[in-house]
Amino acid sequence: MLTFTRLATRILGFIALLVVVLLAVGASLLLGSRSIDVAAVLDAVFSRGTKGVEQMVVLDLRVPRTVIGLVAGAALGLAGALMQGLTRNPLADPGLLGVNAGASLAVVTAIAFFGVTAPSGYIWFAFGGAALAATLVYAVASGRTGPSPLSLTLAGAATTAVLTSFITLILLRDLDTLAQYRFWSVGSLVGRDVSTVATLAPFLVVGAATALLLGRSLNSLALGDDVARGLGQRVGLTRIVAGVAIIFLCGSATSLAGPLVFVGLVVPHIVRRFVGADYRWILLWSMPLGAALLVIADTIGRLISPPSEVEAGIVVALIGAPVLIALVRGNKAVTR
Amino acid sequence: MSVLDHGRPPADDLALVAVARRAGRIRTLVIAAVLLAALAALAIVALMLGDRVVAPGDVLTTLLGGGSGGDRFVILGLRVPRLLLGLMVGAAFGLAGAVFQSLLGNPLASPDIIGISQGASAAAVAAILLAGWSGLAVSFAAFGGAVLVAGLITVLAARHGVAGSRFVLVGIALAFLAQAVIGYMLTRSDVRDAQSALVWLVGSLGTVTSEELTSTAVGLVVLVVALAAVSPRLRMLQLGDEAAAGLGVRVTPARLVITLIAVGLAAVATAAAGPVVFVAFVSAPIARRLLGGTGPALVVSALVGALVVTGSDLIAQHAVSNLQVPVGIVTGIVGAPVLLLLLARSNRSRGTA
Repeated sequence: MLTFTRLATRILGFIALLVVVLLAVGASLLLGSRSIDVAAVLDAVFSRGTKGVEQMVVLDLRVPRTVIGLVAGAALGLAGALMQGLTRNPLADPGLLGVNAGASLAVVTAIAFFGVTAPSGYIWFAFGGAALAATLVYAVASGRTGPSPLSLTLAGAATTAVLTSFITLILLRDLDTLAQYRFWSVGSLVGRDVSTVATLAPFLVVGAATALLLGRSLNSLALGDDVARGLGQRVGLTRIVAGVAIIFLCGSATSLAGPLVFVGLVVPHIVRRFVGADYRWILLWSMPLGAALLVIADTIGRLISPPSEVEAGIVVALIGAPVLIALVRGNKAVTR
Repeated sequence: MSVLDHGRPPADDLALVAVARRAGRIRTLVIAAVLLAALAALAIVALMLGDRVVAPGDVLTTLLGGGSGGDRFVILGLRVPRLLLGLMVGAAFGLAGAVFQSLLGNPLASPDIIGISQGASAAAVAAILLAGWSGLAVSFAAFGGAVLVAGLITVLAARHGVAGSRFVLVGIALAFLAQAVIGYMLTRSDVRDAQSALVWLVGSLGTVTSEELTSTAVGLVVLVVALAAVSPRLRMLQLGDEAAAGLGVRVTPARLVITLIAVGLAAVATAAAGPVVFVAFVSAPIARRLLGGTGPALVVSALVGALVVTGSDLIAQHAVSNLQVPVGIVTGIVGAPVLLLLLARSNRSRGTA
């Protein structure tokens, strides 16, 4: 009876989350420095007729950033849950594997040495940099039995530090690169090319599917490596598979929206508050919540000081930090 | 007492424990001595090199009060202050990181991750970009930022006592807030000002004043003495709150005092040199791997921190000619690979770290 109620709550909660995502999408299409009414938005999205200014704004500006926000947010939320399960560290962020720093260094290199100027040109640099950095972290952290949570954490943070140093070195010598990079680096959904979503779709789909299938493995990993092995888990294999999923998800998200840091950290914490420690549900819930958070942050960023905008990456931290603090204060379980 | 109740004669066990303890202490002493020797060698090299290269013998005579006027000016006036600041900042960061990591039981819990550095940075960047301050005023702003964030963390995390993981999570949340504020200011300012703020943000020893040196030294001495007084309690807290309480430690006040000391160390160092990236994070893990133990390893962490900063500053000044790189860039490039190597090695020898 009890389990049935819990199951029902979890399913209903998931449906409620999907509704929140829909509302967020609606708000993102309707609101901005120019408010556009529902009819015009529907017209822009669904009719094939001639387009007025309002329809153009919706189609060319708001739809792309909403789509990118949804995809990047879902990917980051999922990757964050995966990362925290993998390292058994509630402080882990998907950026911890060196993914963000790797992507950032590659983008800085692209701007400074290859003269790439359009954000759409950054994608493969960002993705490649993320993958390389994460592979390095795994290689360093892996012993004979695969990486331990502690060595993954330390290796990830160390790699991030080296890469960040190189980024700063380049930025200090090259004013033009700093001028471009500082806008990419705060994480924003503006001016990104929506066709990159299609380009990265294979990675996103494979990454998400793999991640969602890992719930049961993460649950037994949470009990410790030895117990997990006793339960018939192949611990090393699980860690490698999870690592690949994280690289796919985070690499794609970072290519799409820049190094957004907070989503992957805060989303699993909020989710855990509702569904408990079961990773099958944490992973499932983290996707829509991540998507909603990023889209809402982007929308709020448009409304704070029109006509100028505050980047989504900054707003995410402004909303997410108080939420995280409130959660941590309210939750006795975190304190052990 | 309870040992005596067992059937076996306890003398052998006790002797074994004593032998192991002595071996650990000897290892600590040897490693500390090696690190000290390395520091001394680095210090002499640091005093020798520069636009005017001074022979090692002349460095020593100058330090002992002799030497030519030119040598005295270059060494005592320029290089010694910078060296001293580097040593102090490195030791302070190393200690702060070691205390946080062992008190909070999490390798990620160093001041550069739980918001202390970010708070200092946000305040300093605001001072540079919004108020147009420079020099000592920026240092004071940074100190204020660090203390403010630490106070906020303590207040926000204080509920049913200041528990470790809650402290860290609140700290990380504030770190991201501060980071967002920094990002906002950097994207809204003139790109040249952004670059000078960036130099502060990585941490640099380039501008040392004697006031800065004195205030750092005073702060450091007070905090180190305080830390030495509470370090036995830190060791007990590492066993877990219940165990520590069983050993007679008043857990909540002890945690609070130790936290304040660590915050003070980080704040003093950050105010003096900026948040020299990664020193606090890396020193204790390196020290612990050198020692092969899991204790707080305070002394060795301080030595490692001093070594990392001094060595990095040497490279920062002289590796690229005509370009003075801020030391914080090099600490990342030098310190992180050391940790990576140690990790890779310990993985190979033990299977898992």
